[in-house]
Formats: sequence, structure tokens, C-alpha cells
Amino acid sequence: MATTQSQGKRRRSEPDPNSNGKAGSRRKQQDQQVDTDKLIGFYQKMIQIRLFEDAALRGFRTGKIGGYLHVYSGQEAVASGFLDTFRDGDYVITAYRDHAHVLLLGSDPKAVMAELYGKGAGLVKGKGGSMHLFDTARGMYGGYGIVGGHIPLGVGMAFGQAYKKTGGITQLYLGDGAIHNGAFHEGANLAGLWGKDGLNPTLFVLENNQYGMGTSVERATAMTDLSRKFESYGIEHTQVDGMDLEAVLTVAHEAADRVRETGKPFAVEAMTYRIGPHGAADFLEKYRTKEEVRKWRERDPIGLLENRLEELGVEDDRLEKIRADAKTLTEEVVAFADESPEPAIEELITDVYTTNDPVRTSG
Amino acid sequence: MPVKTYRDALRSAMAEEMERDESVVLLGEDIGVYGGTHLVTNGLIDQFGPKRVIDTPIAENGFTGAAIGMAMAGMKPVVEMMTWNFSFQAADQIIQNAAKIRYFSGGQVSIPLVIRGPNGGGVQLSAQHTHSLEGFYGHFPGLKVVSPSTPEDVKGMMLTAIRDPDPVIFLEAGALYGTKGEVPDGDYTVEFGKARVAREGSDVTLVGYGRQVNLLLRIAEKLAADEKIDAEVIDLRSIRPFDGDTIVASVRKTHRAVVVQEQWRWFSVASEVAAIIQEQAFDELDAPVARVSGAETPAPYARNLEIAAFPSERQVIDAIRGVLYLEQSATSAKSA
Repeated sequence: MATTQSQGKRRRSEPDPNSNGKAGSRRKQQDQQVDTDKLIGFYQKMIQIRLFEDAALRGFRTGKIGGYLHVYSGQEAVASGFLDTFRDGDYVITAYRDHAHVLLLGSDPKAVMAELYGKGAGLVKGKGGSMHLFDTARGMYGGYGIVGGHIPLGVGMAFGQAYKKTGGITQLYLGDGAIHNGAFHEGANLAGLWGKDGLNPTLFVLENNQYGMGTSVERATAMTDLSRKFESYGIEHTQVDGMDLEAVLTVAHEAADRVRETGKPFAVEAMTYRIGPHGAADFLEKYRTKEEVRKWRERDPIGLLENRLEELGVEDDRLEKIRADAKTLTEEVVAFADESPEPAIEELITDVYTTNDPVRTSG
Repeated sequence: MPVKTYRDALRSAMAEEMERDESVVLLGEDIGVYGGTHLVTNGLIDQFGPKRVIDTPIAENGFTGAAIGMAMAGMKPVVEMMTWNFSFQAADQIIQNAAKIRYFSGGQVSIPLVIRGPNGGGVQLSAQHTHSLEGFYGHFPGLKVVSPSTPEDVKGMMLTAIRDPDPVIFLEAGALYGTKGEVPDGDYTVEFGKARVAREGSDVTLVGYGRQVNLLLRIAEKLAADEKIDAEVIDLRSIRPFDGDTIVASVRKTHRAVVVQEQWRWFSVASEVAAIIQEQAFDELDAPVARVSGAETPAPYARNLEIAAFPSERQVIDAIRGVLYLEQSATSAKSA
């Protein structure tokens, strides 16, 4: 049991469940000043992700990328902030809007784009595509295409970390659309239950981008304060402005430390917006107005970060150089993906089983 | 050799492996304090504690998905489906995740998971609590599906299942939990993908699995005594991977085959067996392969209707007589 003093300390570092998305203003009350160089590093990462996603959309529209393609544009501050807390031994699991997560964990962008292009050098050998990015050596355990279906998996992975006393935690990302799915409720219930015994270090990151595909939160549930859904399962929670990188960083570090320390789950609802389409084939966007998108674009996380860097006196030349370098790298990434060979046809039947692969199922 | 029930053999496999390997845990509904609906896990919570024998809420999707996550994190979970009927609640986890993650991760992840529980009917549980799901789960690449019928096999195959790095659908013959047989002590395994010749014979090949194997052995003895028909009985044991070789070798000897299953006929294991025989032993056949299956209805409740819904001794004997071109018995009921 912690001493009174350390309990007091912990209480101060706890995210405030009543913060109601005003973490940005709370930030200013705190002394935590993320230094300028670190912010520039984030700017570099976020620009790189944005350009990667723009290139992926072009690849889809020119027929280089097949299937479904869900880009992360507009939500960059969320994964960038939370994955800043990542330590070796942690796990990350998310749904199908997964490019940014794997890039932020340090996977080779060429291998990621090659996967989107369906190439043998792809991150998962061209077998999964955009929705199934894995890089387990870096903690990335997918990339799942069924809304809500990955949530129980993440809860089980966190149980495994606690059971084996690895010290790791699982960052479990889900969208607002997933919270209405039964798998969320079953998984969250287990997380809360197992957390009572310190057996569930799951950090739920609810990326509320306002729409489950084309259905707004208001059209999907009568109880629109989504982070409170975790309350039903004994999981403490808070909200954060997911467009404000510094706000996300503050809350993410507090939350991750707390999960690591207690072995109990904690949930953060990051209020964000996808400025791009739901999927690359979502051309009409009949479910939202141009005015709404324009309004959110004013709060584009990259734009907000540029303003902040300007405020801190960073010269635009420095940012321009970052943008130019990111553009060059993106061109190299696309060229690599485009020129890479397709998977060998023999790859079709491997990786179905670990042993006896391919398994003999007839004759 | 010690004699044990099917239930005790199964329990000893899990207990012995839990002693050997701390990464093995059990999860399921009422498997701990309650002792398990079918008493398969009875007493294990006292031996291993609630951290390793985990009582779950009644939420199959959640705890099956969590078990997949545990497997991804290097554990070896064994999930009890109180009955396989409830696995439809977890079908998304089993089919969309457990069966496919290895493939769509490009081989980066293995799922060493066992899901076990009683399969099949026979005790008047009616429509929602009576299914034979070997054909259903056998359909999906990425899963292994087994259906042991003897106490010896159920222990040896459970040990194989827990040590297998891939997800195993372990279909227990629920009606056989109390049946007894010789079970070796200690550590032994029964390989997947190998059928067992349960009785040698030369006139006709009878193929079954699960509780049908006992029916087939009874019939074979009866036919040998009454009519001098010498039937070979093959216990498939493993649905996926599948042992076509043993079946084909038998048909080369007998030239006739009858496949018996409790499940529905359409798109079933028996259909696959018949197809494999015609592909690999077409010229050996002296008669078309016969199939005896469950009635094409949801399972009924009334005892007489339930008996009529599953393969009966009469139906199987008629099918055998059919492939031998012998007269049918007078009261023959057409198999559904």
C-alpha cells in the first residue's frame, strides 16, 4: 500500500475525470513545458504522416492501392502524443486506421507503403494490406478490420503482460464507432474486472473523430458523452482535446504512468476529427457539411502546432526545410513501393499455420 | 494400464500441462468455483488458484477474444465453451481473429489457443443447445479441428492441442464424458491428422468420429456375429488436418464405404470424405459412398423425435446393406 504522501503525489498526477476536454487550458496552469526541439520533432513526424497519407490517397485514386484505405489525416496529434509514452515491452493494437501508429513506432515507411501497394516487401508480405499492419518487433500487434473486434484482444494482451510481470502496458485504440459494439462492452467489462487485481494494464485511447463511418455520434447513441461509457465497467477516464498535441502529451503521459503503476485500465477520449474521407472511396461525404469540415480544418493539429512553434519563435525556414525533406522522403517511399516486386506466388499458401504449413487437409 | 473416464482423462491432461507450464491458464464460465458445468475442470481452482483457473462472465465474444490476446502475449490459454452452441457468440473472434491473424500478420504472430467443450446432442436439449460444429469450424483455414472419442485419445490430443502453436477447436463428445477406457499415465501425445483404425475388417469401411464411433463399433460386432459381415471402423479423430490416406487405404481393401455423422448432411464432413474417396479411389469403389447424417431440421426436444433426428443403428445397417447390395430390412426408415 502506498504511503499517504505518495498517494497524494499520485493524485496530483491523475488526469482529472471532470476536465471535460479543457486539458488545453489546464496545461497552461502546469509547469510542464515541452521543449521546443521536442515539439519540432513532433512536427516532423506529423508532417511525414500527413504526406504519407496524401500519397496513399493518390495511390488509391490511380489504382495502385486496392481494397479499402482509411487515412489518419486530422488525427495525427492523438497517436503522436500517446505513442510518445511507448516503452519496450508495451503493445499497441488498433483498428483499420492504422498507418500512423505503425509509422510512429518506427516501422520503415517504405515497407508500410509497399504493403499498401500489395508488394512482397510490404510490412506483412502483402498479405494484409492497409488494415492489417503488424510490426511485433516494435510492439505493433495490428491493424484489425472488424469494428470492435480487436478490443477483447487488447484486454487479453494486457492480462498477459501483468500475468508475466513484464512491466509493459497495452495501448488499445478504438474509434467512436466501436463503442456501440458488443465486443467493446464485453472487453471493457473484463478489463475493469481483471484490473481490480492489477491484472489489466490497458490504456484505452478512444479516438472520437465524430463519425462511425458516416454516422455521427448523435445519430448512434442517446448517451453521447462517450468516455462515460467506461464508467459502467469500473474504468476511470478523462477527455482531451485531440487536436492539441501538447494537451495530448500531458494527458497521455499521466495516463500511461498511472496504468503502468496500478495495473488497472484507464481510458482517454481524444476529441478529434478526420479531415479526410472515411475511406478513400468516400467521395460524396453527404453526411457532413463543407462548413463543418472547414471549421475543423481551422483546428488542424498540424496547423495548431505550426502556430505554437511560431509563438515559440521557431523560424519558418526551419519548418519549410522539414516539409521539403518530408516531401522528398515520401517520393522515395512511393517510388520504392511502386517499383517493388509483387509477392512470390508461393507466398499464397504460407503463414496459414505455424507448423505443418501448408497443412494437408485432403487426401 | 489405469482405467479412467473421458472426463478424468481430459482433466488430467490439462492439470499435468499446467504443472509443467505456467503459461497455461483456463478460462470459461463457471469452470472454477462451480467446478464446471460438466465437471471437467472440477477441483482445478483449488490446485492452481483463480489467476490460472479464471471464471468469466457469460460473454463468449469477450473472453474468447481476450484469450486470443493472451495467446498473442505468449500465454497458452485453454478456453471452455460451456457447450459449443455458445461459440456462435464468439464466432467473430474465432473466425475473424484466431484463424486469420497469423496469415494477415505475414507470419509475425502465432495463436497457441485451445477452445474446448462438448459438441453434439443426444440429451434432449433441443434446437439452440444441440449442434455438431465440426463441419462449420473445419471449413476455416487457420483452425485445427479435432474430435477425440476415447479417454486415451482425449488426453493425448489435449496435450497435443495445448502444445500446438496454432488455434485448436477441441470438440469433445459430450455424451461420452462418463465412458471409461484405459489411459496411460504421464506425458504422451496423439498426433493431429492421423485417423485411428478402431476395428479392422475387410467387407466395408465405416467412417465416423466422436460418439458415432461407439455406435459403429457396436454395429460392426453385431454384423460380424449375425451376418458374417466384417466391417472396418475408422475413427477420424482429426477433422482438420484430415487423414485421407487411412480412409483411402481402407477403401482399397473393402471397396465400400459408409460415413456416419450426427451433423447435417449438406456441406458436411461426410460430404468431404465421399469426395476424397471418389477423387483418390474411384476405380476401387464397388458402390457409391453412402452417408448417414442428422435430420435436416433444428434439433427437436421430444425423446422420440430426437432419437429419430440422429443416425440410428437401423439407418446405418441399412446403409451398409445398401453398399453391399443386400436386401434392406423391412422396417427401414429412409435416412434423412
